[in-house]
Amino acid sequence: MSKSSGVHVPPYRAVTKHDMFPSATLDEAARFDFITHMNKFLASSLGAGNKIAYEARVLPAFRKEHGRDPKDRFEIRHAMNRDPFHQLWSASKRNTMEMRQQNGRAIALRQLDELDARANALNAGKATLQLDPTVEVPRYQSAVDIHCMPGCYHGEERPGDVSAGANYDSGLFATTAGALGGLSDGGGQAVVQWLRANYPNWKPRRVLDIGCTIGHNVVPLALAYPEAEFIAIDTAAASLRYGHARAQALGAMNITFIQHNGEDLSRWGDGCFDWVQTTMFLHELSGKALPQIIREGFRVLAPHGLMLHVEQPQYTLDMPLYEQFIRDWDAFNNNEPFWSAMHGMDLKQQMVSAGFAPEELFVAAVKAVADRTIFPEAATDETEDHGRAAAWHAYGAWKGGEPK
Amino acid sequence: MTETTLDWMALANRKPKGKRPSYFADPQNEELYSILLSLVGEVSVMRQRLDTVERLLEAKGSISRADIEAYVPAGDAAAERSDMIREYILRVMRGPMQAIQAMTESAPPIDTVVDELINS
Ligand SMILES: C[S@@+](CC[C@H](N)C(=O)[O-])C[C@H]1O[C@@H](n2cnc3c(N)ncnc32)[C@H](O)[C@@H]1O
Repeated sequence: MSKSSGVHVPPYRAVTKHDMFPSATLDEAARFDFITHMNKFLASSLGAGNKIAYEARVLPAFRKEHGRDPKDRFEIRHAMNRDPFHQLWSASKRNTMEMRQQNGRAIALRQLDELDARANALNAGKATLQLDPTVEVPRYQSAVDIHCMPGCYHGEERPGDVSAGANYDSGLFATTAGALGGLSDGGGQAVVQWLRANYPNWKPRRVLDIGCTIGHNVVPLALAYPEAEFIAIDTAAASLRYGHARAQALGAMNITFIQHNGEDLSRWGDGCFDWVQTTMFLHELSGKALPQIIREGFRVLAPHGLMLHVEQPQYTLDMPLYEQFIRDWDAFNNNEPFWSAMHGMDLKQQMVSAGFAPEELFVAAVKAVADRTIFPEAATDETEDHGRAAAWHAYGAWKGGEPK
Repeated sequence: MTETTLDWMALANRKPKGKRPSYFADPQNEELYSILLSLVGEVSVMRQRLDTVERLLEAKGSISRADIEAYVPAGDAAAERSDMIREYILRVMRGPMQAIQAMTESAPPIDTVVDELINS
């Protein structure tokens, strides 16, 4: 074989299996391999053409027509959407997302009887899974199927199944090219690493994770702080069923998964958590739900407790409009309707309105450590697949200041 | 593995809720392009299967279908396969990749060059 390109992508077969993980056939794994490479190709080689099209013809045409530069990312989007190169790139990306869903669903649904049976065995009679059928799916979760996942986080093929969680779990490794690690838990791992480095003596006793989905990022936290009691809430029973079984299979017995809406945490008293965490969650809410959830989170947080929101970087005034536009792609093409508005928000202001003092706030850069079992020696490709990068900003605050 | 009673083949295709953006001027091109990209994917899947069979045959002389199904590429095989898929995608995507280069090239139509050469 000729000299390698150096941009190695781990095979889907390198994904870490656990007792709930749906097994993939050779061809299903190969389909995910193709999708992984396609995403890489679209982010890097072909993706480079977007900026070139913008500078070579879209921007000049815009200037000619309007006599000025675009004033925001939306104007750039409208102009780019008329460009044939960008159209083809976007169509390719959308199709790749759809192909990922099709493959994940085929995998999950074909073995659903067995997955349901395994989940039942792990879930039955456990006090650590508390479902509440009266919890409604919020409008911002039901208006469209987020990231084109048919049925969203709460959908079921038949009552009580784990299809949503299984599909979600099966494909994340492929969409992120393994950058989040074998268990796709790089975000949580990065938070643990950051805490260990900066607050080695901090010992939270009770932790609330809001919008946990299938627990990808709360499981590593719970394993890192085995003495702490973790409460992980989500409105989607379908995801919780799978997530609880998965956590049990991974040995995270100190997490209680509760079907609950984060907008109303009144079942918990003031100041009863040392840590309120969200991971890749705020961008899937709404203009009213986001401040409400942060307010509630502040209320249930104990003095010197930590609130931490892990997200892709916010758009700031110094971020070029073109970059904002390209980071916005998922909002309009991958059913992430709050993505754009949320990334344009001043999160610090939101936290101050919720009750934090400005000097209590911080932003930390947290980055996934490449999993050496997946990437033995090679450097990973540094081209950013916007919206899926393994580097985040943690928007945080210590209520009343850092712990002594 | 026992399969479910669900018609999973058909259900795998469920459309996500929400109006799909249109990318091309002609709506039929949306569907044609989706078929085309799926086919591109399936050829890649077949190549991986073939690669698996070749590697196993080389290593063992004779193989079973179970061997093929259980095969996990490791080490050099994983890296070579990664290259294989990357190269394949770049090859089938020649058109759009050349379109990028064309955007930065200010070349006149060929007719202009033809005319120019007659008289020079
Ligand atoms: C992008 S996912 C979060 C990913 C997850 N934190 C992780 O680390 O893998 C968003 C989740 O939030 C849930 N959700 C949305 N609104 C909610 C709310 N108001 N209360 C609780 N959960 C909510 C959804 O059901 C979905 O599972």
